[in-house]
Amino acid sequence: MEPLSWTGALGPWLVPTLEAALIALALAALAHPLALLAGYRMGPGPEASRSGPGRAARLTGGLLRLSLWALAAVIVAFLIGGLLVQPDAKGILGRIATRLWPVWLSLGASFALVALFRRRLGLVGHLLGNPAGAVGLALVMFWVFAALFADQIAPFDPVTDVIAGMKNKPPGTPLPPPGDAAYGYYLLGGDALARDVFSRAVAGARVVLAIAPAATVFAFMVGITLGLPAGYLGGRLDILLSFLANLVLAFPVILLFFLLVTPEIVAMGVPTYMAGALFLFPLIFLTILWNSRFRTRPPLRAALIGATLGLGGWLYAGLAWNADPLGIVSMPAGVLIVFVSVVFVNAPSVFRIVRGLTLDIRTRDYVAAAQTRGEGPWYIMLWEILPNARGPLLVDFCLRIGYTTILLGTLGFFGLGLAPESPDWGTSINAGRGLLQFVPFPPLVPAVAIMSLVLGLNLLADGLREESLKE
Amino acid sequence: MAGFIIRRLGVMALTALSMTFIVFLLTNLQPNLEKLAKTQAGARITDAEVASWIDRNGYGAPMLTRYGEWLGVLPAPLTTDADGRAIGGRCLRGHPGLAAEEVPRFCGVLQGDWGYSTKFRRPVTEVIAERLQRTGLLMAWAFATMVPLALIVGVLAGMREGSALDRGLSTLSIATTSTPEYVSGVIFVAIFASSMVGLKWFTGSAKSAVEGATFQNFTLPVATVALYGMGYIARMTRASMAEVMTAQYIRTARLKGLSFRAVVLRHALRNALIAPFTVIMLQFPWLLTGVVIVESLFVYPGFGDALVQGAQNNDIDLLLAVSVVAVIVVLATQLLSDIGYAALNPRIRVA
Repeated sequence: MEPLSWTGALGPWLVPTLEAALIALALAALAHPLALLAGYRMGPGPEASRSGPGRAARLTGGLLRLSLWALAAVIVAFLIGGLLVQPDAKGILGRIATRLWPVWLSLGASFALVALFRRRLGLVGHLLGNPAGAVGLALVMFWVFAALFADQIAPFDPVTDVIAGMKNKPPGTPLPPPGDAAYGYYLLGGDALARDVFSRAVAGARVVLAIAPAATVFAFMVGITLGLPAGYLGGRLDILLSFLANLVLAFPVILLFFLLVTPEIVAMGVPTYMAGALFLFPLIFLTILWNSRFRTRPPLRAALIGATLGLGGWLYAGLAWNADPLGIVSMPAGVLIVFVSVVFVNAPSVFRIVRGLTLDIRTRDYVAAAQTRGEGPWYIMLWEILPNARGPLLVDFCLRIGYTTILLGTLGFFGLGLAPESPDWGTSINAGRGLLQFVPFPPLVPAVAIMSLVLGLNLLADGLREESLKE
Repeated sequence: MAGFIIRRLGVMALTALSMTFIVFLLTNLQPNLEKLAKTQAGARITDAEVASWIDRNGYGAPMLTRYGEWLGVLPAPLTTDADGRAIGGRCLRGHPGLAAEEVPRFCGVLQGDWGYSTKFRRPVTEVIAERLQRTGLLMAWAFATMVPLALIVGVLAGMREGSALDRGLSTLSIATTSTPEYVSGVIFVAIFASSMVGLKWFTGSAKSAVEGATFQNFTLPVATVALYGMGYIARMTRASMAEVMTAQYIRTARLKGLSFRAVVLRHALRNALIAPFTVIMLQFPWLLTGVVIVESLFVYPGFGDALVQGAQNNDIDLLLAVSVVAVIVVLATQLLSDIGYAALNPRIRVA
């Protein structure tokens, strides 16, 4: 079989169009700021600023918008065309688009649902009207669905499918002759161990998206449980906790990772003890939450706290100590270490944000009203202050998932924590960076994957911030 | 002001003490000492030899005692053989062959002795000084590219909030903050230094920059460090600029009949640059992490590389010195940014 080209049969039409759109975009992007600046300089003072940009600027602005739309249209044409043409005529892009069909289907379905109910969805509904937020949401959902359907999308097993002769091959290389494998090509080439780069990138999404959001939730639990009393009660507790938080933040992140994740320290059980301490916080948080709210309704309080402690304690025993009596819940050692160090690094920043927000909100009238009613301090913290801090916290949560993804990549980049054959993106970059100048694709594909996911999360956070400011 | 600075310096000393103690604790755990013994005395030595190596070289005393020895408040014992010759001990490291009487009793940080790097087999002070110089060069270039670019982007975006220029530049800033160093480094090398695209404008390794940094071998590391921090400073500048542009005195200047250009350059710019100043100072500690990644990716033997090497080889004294330098950098920049903020903004007075 012939090696695939990037664009297949669509190439002759779409590649020139793409080039034209790109050149137009570059020209307009260069000319537009210049035209704007020139407009300000030559405009006769206040009239120029009142009537907006000049004619030249309006022209370049229009060109900029037009070329952006053209570029988007060409990219969509690549995807749709790649999906529709005959299998033999497909290039690498077309084949990748075809492999990703479950993602397109779910993306389309979920966006249609959001658009249908946008009135009732509040903030998420508003996001669709915000270009940055909508693009961010699409990027994030793309990776979420890719992680969900990784088994259907990836043509090969990311770890065990090692095919002789495919080592360091360029994208689109067909498999060697006895082609009895499930799929005929390595779409994005082979890595240094002859594994499929495309399958590993898709499987990596699953690892990253399983760890990053969960670790961020845990960091928020720790930061909220400690930050609320530090800000609301103040005093010695605040001084002590702030000192500890600043201490952790003053550590160079990478030194901390090295100190926590080296095999000798892991053998001493340091990460397990840290997990034992950090994983307690969600239990404490939920228990205080129910207790402060339903103090006056003992049966409901007992039921909720009992359920929390029973279910949470079971999960806690399994996740932190690997001691689930039923043997269902457990966490692989490498994942636990990575998880704990990421939570540990993130929690102090969340603490500082929550503390700052609490210091601000505790001076409001509704807090004074609750104090006059005789509510306890924990009720005020968890049911008066926390709900009113949700806007900034939600934005920070999105940003922090992105930052956690970057931290996970950093850990992988230094070969810390996860097993060396793990398909996660950081580990793949680390494995491929030695031959980067000669075989760029094995590290390049996960690098672009990290970038697009984090970009999506940051755009989403930006959109959420804008929309919540409007309300 | 003086009281404020003294209090901050006290907190700084306390933080440095706690931090070095934690690093000391983690690097001196028994398995780590055994690993050190094996890398120093040979990988095939028996358990008994490991134990005797640890005792002979002064790693056997209780943890707190040895932390005191590192600080220089406790005397470090010297091991001598039957003839009274010095054969091991904290103060002998790095000075083999010194007679027993000449070995100082105290050799800690307070005496100005930062110890001996077991990985590089040189005094830690020498290693750190040489490495900090190299990293300083990298940081200086990164700052010189990052700060002006970020400020320009931020001011251009913030002067007309919501315009097409603002949207474009803001998206660009978000894109750079989403690109960690190991991602942008890989992409840069693939485009500008690999045989795939074939541009080969720059080299993918900065090893030769030790002898002399050139445009060819230093551009990619500098660009990689600068890119990640740039977006953040630009976003802060934009926010500050946008806020200033809605202020009363800007409206007054507009109504006075000044041109938009004069309003931006003379009235808005100076006030808009106060907030980013803080952010720029606080970028130093951030750059430290970035520098570790970039030095590791581009094989540049600087401070970050010393950190990685020290951590991989459990080089206790080197790691302690690295963490002291790091904590000083972090806390000193915090202090400087607070003082500078107060100095730039007459409305703020530090209590």
